[in-house]
Amino acid sequence: MFRRVLTTVTAFALLTGCSVTATETQPPGARVVTLVTHDSFALTPELLDKFKGATGITIKPLASGDAGEVTNKLVLTKDAPIGDVAFGVDSTFASRALKEGVFAEYASPEAQKGAQRYQLDPPNRLHAVDVGDVCVNIDVAAFKDIGEPKGYADLADPKYKDMLVVEDPATSSPGLAFLLGTVDEFGADGWTDYWTRLKANGVKVVSGWEEAYTQDFSGSAGKGPRPIVVSYASSPSAEIGDDGAARTKALLDTCYRQVEYAGVLNGARNPEDAKKVVDFLLGEQVQADVPGQMYVYPSREGVALPEAWTKAAPLPATARSLPAADVDAKREQWVQQWRMLVQS
Amino acid sequence: MAHAGPKLSPRLGPRLGWSLAALLPLAFLGVFFAWPVLAIVALGLGEGGVLPALARADTWDLVAFTLGQAAAATVLALVTGMPVAFLLARCRVRGTGVVRAAVMVPFVLPTVVVGLAFRALWPDGGVLPIVLANAFFNVAVVARTVGGLWARVDRRAEDAARALGASRFRAFTSVVLPSLAPAIGSAASVVFLFCATSFGVVLVLGGARHRTLETEIYLRTVQLFDLSGAAALSLVQFAAVIAVLVIGGAARRKREKALPLRIEPPRRPTGGEWGVVVAAWLVVLALLTPVVGLIVRSLATDDGWSFAGYAALAGTGERGTLAVSGLDAALNSVRTATDATVVALLVGVVSAVVLVGLRRHRSWFAETLDTALMLPLGVSAVTLGFGYLITMDALPGDFRTSPLLVPLAQALVVTPLIVRIVLPVLRAVDERLRQAAATLGASPWRVWWEVDFPLAARSLLAAAGFGFVVALGEFGATSFLARPDAPTLPVVIARLMSRPGELNSQMAYAACALLMVVTTAAVLVIERLRAPSGGEF
Repeated sequence: MFRRVLTTVTAFALLTGCSVTATETQPPGARVVTLVTHDSFALTPELLDKFKGATGITIKPLASGDAGEVTNKLVLTKDAPIGDVAFGVDSTFASRALKEGVFAEYASPEAQKGAQRYQLDPPNRLHAVDVGDVCVNIDVAAFKDIGEPKGYADLADPKYKDMLVVEDPATSSPGLAFLLGTVDEFGADGWTDYWTRLKANGVKVVSGWEEAYTQDFSGSAGKGPRPIVVSYASSPSAEIGDDGAARTKALLDTCYRQVEYAGVLNGARNPEDAKKVVDFLLGEQVQADVPGQMYVYPSREGVALPEAWTKAAPLPATARSLPAADVDAKREQWVQQWRMLVQS
Repeated sequence: MAHAGPKLSPRLGPRLGWSLAALLPLAFLGVFFAWPVLAIVALGLGEGGVLPALARADTWDLVAFTLGQAAAATVLALVTGMPVAFLLARCRVRGTGVVRAAVMVPFVLPTVVVGLAFRALWPDGGVLPIVLANAFFNVAVVARTVGGLWARVDRRAEDAARALGASRFRAFTSVVLPSLAPAIGSAASVVFLFCATSFGVVLVLGGARHRTLETEIYLRTVQLFDLSGAAALSLVQFAAVIAVLVIGGAARRKREKALPLRIEPPRRPTGGEWGVVVAAWLVVLALLTPVVGLIVRSLATDDGWSFAGYAALAGTGERGTLAVSGLDAALNSVRTATDATVVALLVGVVSAVVLVGLRRHRSWFAETLDTALMLPLGVSAVTLGFGYLITMDALPGDFRTSPLLVPLAQALVVTPLIVRIVLPVLRAVDERLRQAAATLGASPWRVWWEVDFPLAARSLLAAAGFGFVVALGEFGATSFLARPDAPTLPVVIARLMSRPGELNSQMAYAACALLMVVTTAAVLVIERLRAPSGGEF
C-alpha cells in the first residue's frame, strides 16, 4: 500500500514536469508583443516565425472570447491593459472601444493600401485587418424547381415557408449582423413588421452558428432539414463538391459587412514593437493568409484570394452596414425588441 | 505539525491546530475565488440599477427555470447513477473495468458537442433534452461518489438483515441506504450545482426560448456589458446556491456517522441483484449512444467512410487550419489537467482532513468551510473570468495572462469534487480505532497516517482520477479566461466546430474521439493504481 502511494506521489512529481509551468518561458530581455485576439484568430505558424526572424519580436497571442467579449475585456482593463495590440474588435463594437479610449493613435504606412477604405475615425486608432460579410446562404439543389430566393423579402414569402434558420442576435455575432441588415433594409420602423412576417413564415431561431449551419442547414455536411441559413459570404468556398461546383451560394443582396480591426492599446508596455505588429497584420503575407485561416476577406487591395474563393465565394461588391455609433447606441434596445417579438 | 508550538490545553490544542491547517484552503478560495468574484460584483453594484433588475418579472422566471431543470436533472442522474454505483462497488462481473472507464467519458465531452448530439434527436430543443443532457454529464458524479462509499460499507449488517428474513428490497432500504445517505447527499449537491450553472447545454438546447441565470449572466456581462444587471443576477445566484448548500448540508449532517468500514471485495451478483446489474448496463449503453454517434460522425463523409478527419488531426489540418496538431493539443490538455489535479488534491485533502478534525469538535467554522468549498461550483464562470481580469494584475507578474491561471481556475471546480468523494470515507472512520491508536501513544499526525490514510487512500486515488478527468473536459471557466495560445483539445474542438466544410467537422469529431481516448487511458491508468492486492493493510 505505502509503496503504491509512494509510486503515485512520484508519478505526480514526474507529471508536474509535464505541467504548464514546464512550458518554455521567454528569456529576460526578449521582445514580446502580447496580441489580444478573438477565439477564431489563426495564422500559419511559419508567418509568426518569419516575423520573429526579421524583427526579433515574438508575438504571443492571447485568446479572449468573441468580438463582444474581447471589446468588453479591453474596456474593463483599459487602465492596465492585458496586452500591447488587440485584434478582433469588429465594426459592431468598435465605437464602444473608441469611446472608452482603449486604443492609441497610430498612422501605419501599411494602412494606406486598402484598409483605409474601412477607416472609422480620423486619428486612425483602429486598422481594418479583414472583412467578413454575413449573408443568407442557400442549398442550391433544393431550389431547382421552385426558383431561388433573391433577397430579404423572399424569405417571408409563403413559397419559402419553414425553410429559414437564423441565429439569435443576443448570443451570436452572425445573428446580430443579420438583424442589423434587416434594420438597414426596412428602417427603424419597418424591421419589426418584417420579423413578424418571418415568424409567421416559420423561421427557426437557434442560439449559435454551429447549430444553424452544421445541423439545421441542408447544404452542409450535417444535411439538416432547412435549405436557407444565415452564414457568411465565404462559406460556399468550403462546400465545393468533387465536380468542382459549389453546393451552396450566398445571396449577395442580403450581406451585412463586419470589419475586424486591430490597434495598439493605450498603455501598451511595448508601443514601438506593437506598431510593428499592426504593420505585420496589414502586410502582404498575413493578408494573403487570412482567407484560408479565418474564412474572412483581406482588407488590403490586390491580394489574390484562394482558388475556391474566386469560384464560389467572391467578396460581395456591395454590402450593408449601419453607422457604428448607431449600432452602439441602439443595439441593446433592438435585441430586446427582437426578443419580445420573436420569442413570445 | 504535532511537534511544533508550545503545549496548549488539551481541549484547545487540536481545535487551534485544525483551524491553522484550514488557512490553506481558505487562502486559496480567498485569492482565486472570493476576491475576483466580489470585485466584479462590487463594480456592477457601483453602477446602480440593481434593484430595478431584481424587480423585473423575468428575473424570477429565470430563477424558477434554473432551479427546476437542475432539480429534475439531479433526480434523473441519481436514479440512473445508483445502479451503476452498485455495479462498480459491489459486483464482480466481467467488463466492470470497462464500465468504470465508460461512465467517465461523458464528463469530458465539450458541451457544444453534447448539445449538438442531443439536438440531433430533438431538433427543436426544449426542456426534456436539457434535463437529459445535464443528467448525461452527471451520472459519473453519482456513480463515483456513491460507489466510493458503497465499496466500504460492511456487508455483514445487510447479510444479517437478510438472514432475519428481510426481503432484498427491505434490507436495502433500511440498512444499506441509510449508510449511503451521506454520499448520496454529497453527490446530489454537486450534481445540482453543476446543472444549475450549466451553460453550453442550455444555450444549444434552449434555443432562444429557455434561459437560465447562467446564460443570462453571460449575456449581460459579455454581450451587453451590463455589469449592474449581471451583478444583480449574480447575487440571486449566490443566494440560491447558498440556500441549496445549507439545506443539503443540514440533510447530510443528520445522517453522517461512523460506519464499520472495511474493504469489501466485490462478489458475484445473485438473484435479484442481476436485475440491478442489467439496469446499470442499460444506463451505460444509453450513455454510450451519443458517444458512438460522435465516432460515426468522425468517420462518415459524403462518399462513404474515411479517416480523413483523423489524418488531418495528426497534422495541423489539411490547409494548416490549426496552429497546433491534435496531438499537441492533447498534450496541452494533459498538462493543464495535471496541474489542476495537483492543486486540487493538495487543497482538497487538507480541507477534508480539517473538516473531519473540526467536526469532532462540532464547530460552525467547519460548516462554513464546507459550504465555502462548494461555492465555486455554483457561481457563474463568466463572473469569475471577468473578476480575474480586474484583480489578478495585483499579483506578481500580471497573473491575468499567466498560463497557470487556467489550471488554478479548474482546481476551484475540481477541489469540491475531491472533498465530496474523500470526506464521506474519512468521516466514516471509526473513532475507536483512532482513540486506540492515540492511547498507544501515537501523535495526531501519526494517527492520521496509520488509521485514516490507509482507509481513505483508494478513494483518494479515485478522487484524483475523477478530478483529472473533470479538469480535462472543463470548458466553462476556461473559456472566459484570457488564454495564452496553448490550445487544449476542447478549445481545438470549439475552433473546428465554428468552421464550414466537411473536413473541419470531421476533424472536430475526430478531436472529440481523441479526447475520449485520452480520458479512457487516464481512467484505466488510475484503476491500475487502485487495483486491490494482497497485504494492503
